Amino acid sequence: MARNKEKLVLLLDVGPSMHGVLPEVEKVCSMLVEKKLIFNKDDEVGVVVFGTEETNNELMDEVGGYENIVVLQDIKVVDGDLIDILKKLPRGTVDGDFLDAIVVGMDMLIKKYKGIYKGKKRLCLITNAIHPTKDSLEGSKEDQVGTLAVQMTAQGMKMESIVVRGILSQDANKRIMDENDRLLSIFSKKTRSRTVYVDSPISLLGALKTRRVTPVTVFRGHLELSQQMKIKVWVYKKTQEEKFPTLKKYSEKAPSTSKFATHQVMVDYEYKSVDDSSTVVPPEQRIKGYRYGPQVVPISDAERDAVKFKPEKGVKLLGFTDASNIIRHYYMKDVYLFIAEPGNTRAILAVSAIARAMKEMNKVAILRCVWRQGQQNVVVGVLTPNISQNNKIPDSFYFNVLPFIEDVREYQFPSFNSFPASWLPNEQQQMAADEFVQMLNLAPSGKEEALLPEFTPNPVLERFYHHLELKSKQPDAAVPPLDETLKRITEPDLELDFENKSVLDSLCKHFELKENSKLKKSARRLLPEKPSGSNGEDGNGNVSDARAVDSIGQEPVVKIEKIGDLTPVQDFEVMMTRRDNPEWVGKAIREMRDKILSLLTNSHGGDNYLVAVECIIALRKGCILEQEPGPYNNLMRYLYRYCQEKEISTFPKLLASMDVTLISKSEAVDSSNFTDDEARRFLDKIKPEPKD
Amino acid sequence: MDLDPEDVFKDEEDDPDNEFFQQSESSKEYVVYLVDASPKMFNTTCPGKDQKDEIHFHVSISCIAESLKTQIICRSYDEVAICFFNTREKKNLQDLNGVFVFNVAEREQLDRPTARLIKEFDCIEESFMREIGSQYGIVPGSRENSLYNALWVAQALLRKGSIKTADKRILLFTNEDDPFGSLQGAAKADMTRTTLQRAKDIQDLGISIELLPLIRLDEEFNVSVLYSDLIGLDSEDLAQFIPSAGQKLEDMKDQLRKRMFTKRIIRRITFHIVKGLSIQLNTYALIRPTVPGAITWLDSVTNRPLKIERSLICEDTGSLIQEPPKRFQPYRNENVKFSMDEISEIKRISTGHLRLLGFKPLCCLKDYHNLRPSTFVYPSDQEVVGSSCIFIALHRSMLRLKRFAVAFYGGSSRPQLVALVARDEITTAGGQMEPPGMHMIYLPYSDDIRDAEEIFPDTEDDAPRADKDQIQKAAALIKRIEMKDFSVFQFANPALQRHYAVLQALALEEDDIPETIDETVPDEEGLARPAVVKAIEEFKLSVYGDNYDEENDHLGKEKVGGASRKRKEIAENAAKDYDWADLADNGQLKDLTVAALKTYLNAHDLPVTGKKEALISRILTHMGK
Repeated sequence: MARNKEKLVLLLDVGPSMHGVLPEVEKVCSMLVEKKLIFNKDDEVGVVVFGTEETNNELMDEVGGYENIVVLQDIKVVDGDLIDILKKLPRGTVDGDFLDAIVVGMDMLIKKYKGIYKGKKRLCLITNAIHPTKDSLEGSKEDQVGTLAVQMTAQGMKMESIVVRGILSQDANKRIMDENDRLLSIFSKKTRSRTVYVDSPISLLGALKTRRVTPVTVFRGHLELSQQMKIKVWVYKKTQEEKFPTLKKYSEKAPSTSKFATHQVMVDYEYKSVDDSSTVVPPEQRIKGYRYGPQVVPISDAERDAVKFKPEKGVKLLGFTDASNIIRHYYMKDVYLFIAEPGNTRAILAVSAIARAMKEMNKVAILRCVWRQGQQNVVVGVLTPNISQNNKIPDSFYFNVLPFIEDVREYQFPSFNSFPASWLPNEQQQMAADEFVQMLNLAPSGKEEALLPEFTPNPVLERFYHHLELKSKQPDAAVPPLDETLKRITEPDLELDFENKSVLDSLCKHFELKENSKLKKSARRLLPEKPSGSNGEDGNGNVSDARAVDSIGQEPVVKIEKIGDLTPVQDFEVMMTRRDNPEWVGKAIREMRDKILSLLTNSHGGDNYLVAVECIIALRKGCILEQEPGPYNNLMRYLYRYCQEKEISTFPKLLASMDVTLISKSEAVDSSNFTDDEARRFLDKIKPEPKD
Repeated sequence: MDLDPEDVFKDEEDDPDNEFFQQSESSKEYVVYLVDASPKMFNTTCPGKDQKDEIHFHVSISCIAESLKTQIICRSYDEVAICFFNTREKKNLQDLNGVFVFNVAEREQLDRPTARLIKEFDCIEESFMREIGSQYGIVPGSRENSLYNALWVAQALLRKGSIKTADKRILLFTNEDDPFGSLQGAAKADMTRTTLQRAKDIQDLGISIELLPLIRLDEEFNVSVLYSDLIGLDSEDLAQFIPSAGQKLEDMKDQLRKRMFTKRIIRRITFHIVKGLSIQLNTYALIRPTVPGAITWLDSVTNRPLKIERSLICEDTGSLIQEPPKRFQPYRNENVKFSMDEISEIKRISTGHLRLLGFKPLCCLKDYHNLRPSTFVYPSDQEVVGSSCIFIALHRSMLRLKRFAVAFYGGSSRPQLVALVARDEITTAGGQMEPPGMHMIYLPYSDDIRDAEEIFPDTEDDAPRADKDQIQKAAALIKRIEMKDFSVFQFANPALQRHYAVLQALALEEDDIPETIDETVPDEEGLARPAVVKAIEEFKLSVYGDNYDEENDHLGKEKVGGASRKRKEIAENAAKDYDWADLADNGQLKDLTVAALKTYLNAHDLPVTGKKEALISRILTHMGK
């Protein structure tokens, strides 16, 4: 459909001051074309760069001037070559003049379509606008821009300007920037243009809408305040998830050489009787069944249609209420936009009056909506005012769907105040958290809000289209890593972290996390990193911890009363966690000690050593948990002597390699007499180094 | 990796089957309805609906019937038994006198409610006297104690299942506050003692006994005679008991049909706060659209369930495809193929589950930053001890500083940015209204946000803005049409309630479908109040002026009307390009394009939906061929 085609000219500033962001410009522009290749194949795109050493454009040839502007690509239907051009933008050498570039772009559109084409024509300017524009020959710059704006409107062109500023542009002359901003704002005021300022590479990637979607109304009709008072409105979707493209299934049955093979796959559903899987039940013999208790009640579509709920189309006001009565997390779906019927001044006034009154009074409206006749259900939702900041754009409303009673599940959760005091943060911890929340601010005043949804591109889609492009050139291309710029969306900003390092460190210091040791192995996939605030002992314990953790068996379902031969570690763990009698702990420790000794004494050529070490590690952990280091430390000293006597060297070596130390004071505060150092020295001692 | 190709695209959060399974597994309720059937229940009345007197027995029966009808939809895994006492006939496993357990075929005595049970129970009153009969069970001179027997039978019925997995209750309906009143002396004391002991034994087993007394207007139901001891009431509760019991009876009758979901963790996620500090969170779905329930396809002849087999067929060769096929995307004139592994690899852009990126003031969260129902997160110390502590500290800071957290949620279905909004606990007398924790709100990406409001700017003029007077009139209007205590718990879903009503009518073979009320219609009465009408009229006058004709006075409609009329004209002309009758006779319709076929349909105001074959057959039908 011709009216749906878009003619677009990209005006890209490639001057030296833009070099830093050109990679992002290349990415976003090629993404734009990649999406067009799939969704809008008939769109036409031209590319103009300015700030180049060379000059190559028709206007220069015809009237002179317009230097340093190169038409990289005349307007043509999108194709792969265009992507290749956009992926390798030239790096310019002079500071470009964006006004000249706009003139060149407009000229291209006018010449190409000579007013015949009535569809969408768009200019897209990406610049930092920090360099002066040339003085116009007649009149002021403002007049010149004014003339351009009139011409632009007359030709039905739209312009979208993305101005790269902030940290992305170097220190520039404030006066020139202000002048340029003023000039650009004339376009916004007088034409259907929109200017956005971005100051981070992510928002540059997100600022340009790469997918062109023609908005479709969900509803056109009356917003009924009452029987007497109605306002004509159009309803659009304000947000709608752009889905991952649905890829078709590929059949490899047909020879790949065959030209006519479609390689498509048909999905076929067959309905078969449960009792007899050979017969296929034809569609007309099928009937839908709904559960009623244990039974299934068949209800034919005809029956259902005859009696089902059939609301009349219409959007009706139920009433106004305090905004605080609607909690934000009740919003159920994507968001709708209510605008007054375009061109209907009175409707616009009515919407504007209600929206502004609602805003002033902090009220919202509750509506009941049936968008179209035959809709199965009503929608109840909340209308909130959207006061337009732009003089050109009328006030409007946002509409969010609210849940019905049936949709709300009233689960109960324990109150935080009912938690044991040890689970609640103390004063220092609360202060650390306060400071953390305050400092890790993504929207500091005076700076652009980071990760603003409006300017945040979808990293998955970006990656998909990138991979698609790679694969079209090389079918077996691997999935590319996530773009560095986009990593900023998925991972914390290192710079922000670095600035607030002391706050982060204090947070880590104040809160300590421990793995719960009494847990099934299968459920254990958390805590990949060790808290950096922990002391060295923890780091050393890493290996042994992991071992002990691995060997923790099931929860004590079976009552184990003795440490067996097959799974001594598990048995031990189970006994340690038995709480029905305090004696179990002592018994477990005793039995474990005996087990370890018997393992060692009955070992032939060290075949039991590994099991023994595992047992020791488990015992160590258990003793720390119970804060009873005595039995363990005694055992270790005994073992040390034992090994010396028997001249066993492999076993101590094994222990040393696993960093199995004595239990130190820091692990068992009240009961151990060893400092960390002493505990460690024990290891050195145990190491069987020949001491003459 | 052996992946089900459909799985990659599935939204892992909302798996109805899974929920169903969960429901059957977790905590259930076992209830025995114990109904007094003594002659006194039939002789006394209380005022019911429409000021008509209703006999107590009828009140109890209809109350249970309504309750069952609700239960079968809300919590169909709960099990019930219905048991009468003070009956002439006896039917119970213990063969005790004066106790009759009502049941229907294909059902154990304590079992899930079935349509048949509800249906037969609904008409029990007709046959009651004939088949079960009413008779005082406690009479002087006899050693029978029907109340004791009834409690014993109920206890035996509830022997099934563990108290850990099921909540067991006995609901006792009676209008006799002094069942042993007819007895004297030792006999009375003895019976009272044994009955109370029985009740205590039952309660010691973890079964609760609830009393639903039926009260006559002129007579008091004296709970303290026997029942306060039997059900274990404290003296403080005594005064409150009768009013609250009356309320309970009412509540049982008009419960909302609402499917109950048991609390279940959707997933356990790790929340990376900063490097080296990761805590454990559980996520819950507190708000999800409820649907009528899963559809089972049946064979309409046998009413047996059908199983669905899905097969993939190659369009070129017609052969069956066994292995999960690759996917492709046509691009640059060729088919670019992707394996499922590659697709899941593309989607895997983050290692962590949930990664904190920073905080923003609450005002940065706009009304249009929404895509899906939010998910609730609550800390858990189960795997990582100390999680709750950090979570609570952050929760408090965020509430105090009015900030929300921005985090990246790297789930496999759609990795995206989320806002974590802290909510404080809100409790009322009725219990917890809002749990303490954070709500995860899914944020849109730039490509998900549309700017429809920007597409119609007037080229030259600024957009009209309401003036002060108009805003004031609007404010007056808003004050008039105010819903004071609106909450989202106000409206039942009319379509769903209707569906349940239809389902019940069909299942029980009822003749008419019970009325359902659409609570979502505007309050016409309220809007017709003179003060409201006046405010509306004043506002209308101020924005629309004197002579505003809604239907005709606007440019837009004309334009649109013009455009659509023009389009139709074109379509009609286009339709004239073909000799349709001739094409149809020669079977050449299939050679036309779909667009061409649609011109005919448009010109004749026929629907233009469906596949090409459907369009052709529609044209042929229209021509009468």
